[in-house]
Amino acid sequence: MMAPLTAGPFSLHPHVAMGLAAVLAVLTLASVLVLALPRLKPRFDATELRLRVWSWWGMVALTGAALALGWPAVTVLFALVAFIALREFLSLAPLRREDRLIVLFAYLTVPLAFGLVVLDMYGIYVVSIPVWFFLTVPFLMALAGQTRAYLATVATLTWAVIVCVYTLGTIPLLMRLPDAEAPAGAAGLVFLLLFVTEANDVLQYLCGKAFGRHKIVPKVSPNKTWEGFLGGWILSAGLFWFLAPVFTGLDRIEALIVALVLPVAGFAGDVTMSAVKRDLGVKDTSRLIPGHGGVLDRIDSLTFTAPLYFHLMAYYALDRY
Amino acid sequence: MRSTGTEPAPTEPARPFGWGRTLFLTLVARPLVRFMTGMDVVGREHLPRRGPAIVAANHNSHMDAFILLGLFPIGALHQVRPVAAADYFLANPVVSWMSRRVVGITPISRTVKRGEDVLAPAREALARGEIILVFPEGTRSRDGRMAPLKAGVARLAEAFPEVPVVPVWIQGAGRVLPKGAITPVPMNCTAMVGEPVRWTGDKHGFMADLKTRLDALAEAAPPQKWSEDA
Repeated sequence: MMAPLTAGPFSLHPHVAMGLAAVLAVLTLASVLVLALPRLKPRFDATELRLRVWSWWGMVALTGAALALGWPAVTVLFALVAFIALREFLSLAPLRREDRLIVLFAYLTVPLAFGLVVLDMYGIYVVSIPVWFFLTVPFLMALAGQTRAYLATVATLTWAVIVCVYTLGTIPLLMRLPDAEAPAGAAGLVFLLLFVTEANDVLQYLCGKAFGRHKIVPKVSPNKTWEGFLGGWILSAGLFWFLAPVFTGLDRIEALIVALVLPVAGFAGDVTMSAVKRDLGVKDTSRLIPGHGGVLDRIDSLTFTAPLYFHLMAYYALDRY
Repeated sequence: MRSTGTEPAPTEPARPFGWGRTLFLTLVARPLVRFMTGMDVVGREHLPRRGPAIVAANHNSHMDAFILLGLFPIGALHQVRPVAAADYFLANPVVSWMSRRVVGITPISRTVKRGEDVLAPAREALARGEIILVFPEGTRSRDGRMAPLKAGVARLAEAFPEVPVVPVWIQGAGRVLPKGAITPVPMNCTAMVGEPVRWTGDKHGFMADLKTRLDALAEAAPPQKWSEDA
């Protein structure tokens, strides 16, 4: 383990610091490009793209600071992200008047799940939502007495909590690992997950813009193409394969398996949330992040990559879980 | 912009808000409303930057006034004044003090006594150059639909024909804290700000105009409502 770089309460493994520096370099390049775009292509409206890049600065700053502050900060950050994502989801989903206090109850899964992370009770975390919340909510809804669309509403609420809360809890769970479990510490594991997931989003978008011709899921997400998916897949898998020895204890074969499935999971999360939004008749889940939409729009792929990454890591390379 | 001649002179001198109100609205109310509603805004560019102006919104919840106050930059808060029912908000001393000094309401009477000009306080606020927030339905609706609009806002527009009347549709606040509920539940809301309506010289035409604008904003709002109200 190399000596961490520290400044006040911030502390980063040199490899994570280099990773963040690389992200900032790419972001600087992107900022220069969007500023120059009006000159290069005067007729192209770059406002949205510019907002998107500015928002990336904010998101990278928040995430980088949390990683440097350690597991408590990452836990608070993702608890907040989970709460906002769940609020966005439950505000758009078809719920009934009688479900108002059930919604309040559903928010309690955020302190429940992230509290169990803080208490380091992984065994209970695993069953808390998918067993106990899933049993309690239908009962409380039965007590509320409205049986119209009962079953559909139970499914909506429980799935919302799984997607927005349960899957994201795996990120602070990784942060709670002893640093000896990975070559660049727990923060390195989380950095790699976030970096490859978001890089995959961006690379699929860019490959789609550059080469996209054949639509891949036209009824759900008409802008997505085979070219974008495959280009993003190959590049992100390559990125993971290249970085895996720096941040994880995976051997070459294991790293190859994770590299190949992680970008597919990202695509799956993206398409799944697109189907939800299309069903609800909205383009974005909120307007919180300029240029991106809502928190749920930003983390749609992460809700699928985070649990997959967590479980593959736990299976191949972690003693703790 | 201030119209002259037709409006009555203010009967009481403008009582400027203290810094305490701005501090409370900025540091307590705003973060709380953001937590409870997400505070999405569409059409922010239509908001008046300075008074006198009238903002007319639908009314479902006590959250509404705070959502509307949250639309304005901190530097403009001192001139923004919700118009609220005297019978409700002046009913007991604690609520009354909070309403007048902290939220900064202009109380108006909902029951007309003979010869009383219930709109006088609102007119005075406009004459002072303030931005007043009005809920033309006159009370909070329970089902998210808009009740018939009362014509008081038209009389204010008639008295100040130069003053823009900005329609705002607030989507979802009735789910956060509906009429009669005690427990607030966080749910995203969206404030849809429309283009200002101006006095047309005719009360019915003006009210029809305002209603059309509000209906169109409601139509364009995200589906942040109960499934049975869809």
